[in-house]
Amino acid sequence: MKKSRIPWLTVKLIPLLALALLVWWVIWFMVMGSLMSLEELRGTIGPALIGAEGYSIWPILPTWPTLRPLVALLLDTPQFFVMFWNTFRLVIPSVLGQFILGAPAAWALSRFRFRGRKVLATIYIALMLLPFQVTMVPNFLIIDRLGLMDTTWSVILPFAFSAFPVFIMMRGFDAVPRALLEAASIDGAGHFRTFFKIGLPLGVPSILAALVLGFLEVWGAIEQPMTFLRDPSNWPLSLFLPQIVTEELGLAMAASLLMLAPAALFFFFGQKYLELGIQAAGIKE
Amino acid sequence: MALAFLGPSLVGITVFFLIPFVDTIRRSFYDIRGVNFIGLESYVAVLNNTAFRLAAVNTAKFAAICIPLLLIVSLGTALLLRSIKPLGKTFKTTFLLPMAVPVASIVLLWQAVFNYGGLANSVLQTLGLETVAFMDSSAAFWVLVFTYLWKNNGYNMILWLAGLDGISETLYEAARVDGANAVQSFRYVTLPCLLPTVGLVSILSLLNSFRVFREAYLVAGAYPHDSMYLLQHLFNNWFQNLDISRLSAAATMLAAVLLVIILLMRRFLDEKE
Repeated sequence: MKKSRIPWLTVKLIPLLALALLVWWVIWFMVMGSLMSLEELRGTIGPALIGAEGYSIWPILPTWPTLRPLVALLLDTPQFFVMFWNTFRLVIPSVLGQFILGAPAAWALSRFRFRGRKVLATIYIALMLLPFQVTMVPNFLIIDRLGLMDTTWSVILPFAFSAFPVFIMMRGFDAVPRALLEAASIDGAGHFRTFFKIGLPLGVPSILAALVLGFLEVWGAIEQPMTFLRDPSNWPLSLFLPQIVTEELGLAMAASLLMLAPAALFFFFGQKYLELGIQAAGIKE
Repeated sequence: MALAFLGPSLVGITVFFLIPFVDTIRRSFYDIRGVNFIGLESYVAVLNNTAFRLAAVNTAKFAAICIPLLLIVSLGTALLLRSIKPLGKTFKTTFLLPMAVPVASIVLLWQAVFNYGGLANSVLQTLGLETVAFMDSSAAFWVLVFTYLWKNNGYNMILWLAGLDGISETLYEAARVDGANAVQSFRYVTLPCLLPTVGLVSILSLLNSFRVFREAYLVAGAYPHDSMYLLQHLFNNWFQNLDISRLSAAATMLAAVLLVIILLMRRFLDEKE
């Protein structure tokens, strides 16, 4: 029995390793690429990106690792900081809004019994399941009417009111034991007190799950800013990056890595909550 | 009381989604200025539009190919992951990572790999095979399928793992007592128990499939090769022309089709349970 186990493990590991390599290689490419000098980038992936002769190659390590493109980006490209800041100007209010507006709503849908609750919950789920292409026109009609086109609000408000975080937090609040709430009401705690003292603290994992997913969503958003922000001075990094690719290969590599960095940090610290957020959709009503 | 908690969020979704959605349906029956009633004219125009037909067919084909593929690959990943104890967590983190990678930051890499002088062709050439114009031929469609699988495998894997965790160990023991081998217990225990998860994973995969537009648009622009011209491109391009009537008609139809698919899936699953 023992002997046959080792080849079995190998058989299982091979496909997993192959899939994992597809991910590891991408990260490796990003990190090494930003440590390459412009000359080396021209020689390696120039054929693919700037029309040089021949075919691209990709070395395992840069021949002459250099921080020059990263430094040039951070010191000599004020434009980059503007875009970086623009991204935060969209992400922070959106995610905060998702929490401040969504958490009480999720609590009400999860914990209060009132007429129309089921209908409302269904509306939130239906909204959550529609892709941007469906909500794009409705969003545009109202944003245009409110005179918000081309302002950061045009991106922030639809994100802040999005139904997905409400749904995730609702799932989290569903798990709060009923006995705790009854005890609180016997102690004479009002609705708000119960929410702040019991709901929020016990709901922390699902709240974090919603925040991590919300951050990743807005950080990488393309469609919404592209549709509602016409003026490039308001553009986030996600729209700006593809533009510099053709102009400055070295800067583009470094900027790509810096765009990945905050998302990767959020991912590594919030992975547990990210998984929780994904699973939230899987629990049966 | 519930209103105090729900109020702000409810006002928001009513103002930003529900009311304008009703307005969108109304606008689909009116002219561009939203003044004159034109009946189904916009719908007829949309359905007769060649770009719309191309995009609708491509989008449906994309979903029909990549969703089953993704379901199989991600279920396989989840099963393999569960069966190995060492390194399980490392692999899980690895497969989830693409979810966190912003599309914009890998555009450069995608181009370096799939453009004509790119790394994919380097490999093909080294192997003595014919090179492919990945972005300018029908291969573009498959690049998009690959991208979708790469990005969503981890997300679905987590859903499958949750589903697999929900299967009671006693069922497997009962199967073993009855003399079932690994394949049989997969066929008669795992698969039937996973059925509710299948529906859910399919619906979420369908919705995530709309997001490949990000990759497609950033790598190949507003007018990519015909084989990967999707409804998302069409919506984006029509939006640039502000053709609100046609857009509204197309959005209404898309919403209707998606809602019907979701309802059918749910009903199908409820019957199975």
